[in-house]
Amino acid sequence: MPLNLHISTGISVPIYRQIIDQICRAVAGGALVPEDQLPSVRELAQRLVVNPNTVARAYSELVREGVAESRQGRGVFITRRRQVYSKAERARRLEQALDGFVNEAVFLDFSADELRDALEKRLRTLRLRESRDHAARGS
Amino acid sequence: MTKSNLTPSNTSAASPAGDSAVTSPAWAAGDFVITTHGLTRYFGSRKVVDALELRVPRGCVYAFLGRNGSGKTTTLRMLLGLLDPTRGSATVLGHDSRHLPPAVVARVGYMAEAHAVYRWMRVRECGAFQARFYPRWNNRIFLAVLEHFGLDPKAKAGDLSRGERAGLSLALTLAPEPELLILDDPALGLDPAARRSLLESMIYVTRRSDRTILFSSHLLSDVERVADYIGVLDRSVLRVSSPVETFRARVRQFLLRYPGKLPPLPPMRGLLHARRSLGELRLTIANVDDETRQLIHGLGAQSVEEIPLSLEEALIGYLGERGEGHFFLEDTTTLDEAKGAA
Repeated sequence: MPLNLHISTGISVPIYRQIIDQICRAVAGGALVPEDQLPSVRELAQRLVVNPNTVARAYSELVREGVAESRQGRGVFITRRRQVYSKAERARRLEQALDGFVNEAVFLDFSADELRDALEKRLRTLRLRESRDHAARGS
Repeated sequence: MTKSNLTPSNTSAASPAGDSAVTSPAWAAGDFVITTHGLTRYFGSRKVVDALELRVPRGCVYAFLGRNGSGKTTTLRMLLGLLDPTRGSATVLGHDSRHLPPAVVARVGYMAEAHAVYRWMRVRECGAFQARFYPRWNNRIFLAVLEHFGLDPKAKAGDLSRGERAGLSLALTLAPEPELLILDDPALGLDPAARRSLLESMIYVTRRSDRTILFSSHLLSDVERVADYIGVLDRSVLRVSSPVETFRARVRQFLLRYPGKLPPLPPMRGLLHARRSLGELRLTIANVDDETRQLIHGLGAQSVEEIPLSLEEALIGYLGERGEGHFFLEDTTTLDEAKGAA
């Protein structure tokens, strides 16, 4: 499975975070599936031209978050999806994401109805994509 | 010198300082290849390096930053024993920098700013000449770096472009497989392709976890890619010495929005910079803790938003005028332990 990662510098997202986000997106979008092996730390560091410690840090965070698992002597693999956060932690993360979203929307003078519509629309496209990916994998 | 040590904040769950235990590289152990004690250098009556306390952990890639004339090259030259300190001392690979035994010098690779080469020699001959001084010369590495930079071993060194000369210079520095690599502004004047080759070569060096690279640079995008540590010299004084991510996590910016007039600011610990514009107050703060957060949220703003900063914004925010000389960010385990014991 070719893994296409792109690193940007000079932005507010640290490189290790970019690696985590892109791998999570690849998992969410079905480009990476359970049992897929991630490139070795050294290989990815060389390919992306970034410090190997940065890649190692991204991997260990993916392992901690339950997205991937490290198998002794064999490498790092994508795991079956499961919820790794406690209920409280999930709620906290949702609150955090809402803060930025709501602040910005209120500042831009969107009404509550407009926000609901926008959110609904986004959720619909997400569901559409998920079922499509599911069908594609099933065939 | 006013220099108040800031302690790490333990408020943020996302703080990399706590997370790094997972990936903790060898350098967490407090094994330093370079340490300086009050390292100071004058040129005439001008102080160029001021009481530097630098610690470079083994196995890290340490980026040495600072504006032109801030004392970087002078520091590097003192570390190599090319220049005596006026006061203070430096230890390199366990030896006093003023009396480095030849066997220790052979373990240190140094690439000076200008990439000076013997112009009359062919590229291959430069390698053969250099090899005689180093028992551990690895010709495979020499040729690999040449190839990486697209250099013809038969070319005359004097005919090389600036980027090619940098490639040759780097090949000559890397082939003896130095334990400690000191590169003085290696990217200066390189085109993007040569710069990329330089970074790739640096990543290649890190394949061995006991290799240390100390390099000076102005290019923060390069620093972001390859460095795990940064040290920042600001007008002869070391203002930052910490893992890159720790530094980024500790400098934060808050955007406060107000419908009407902005309130006056109470005194705030760690405040680096406050910018007022129409209906907006932007605060850049070092080492934010719970108390500071409470203070910020008590400023009566319509909304408070934490703005993530790029490395460049964090550095400029940190070195900007307000914080001048008042803060010193440092994070090396051993130092903290030493202070705790004292």
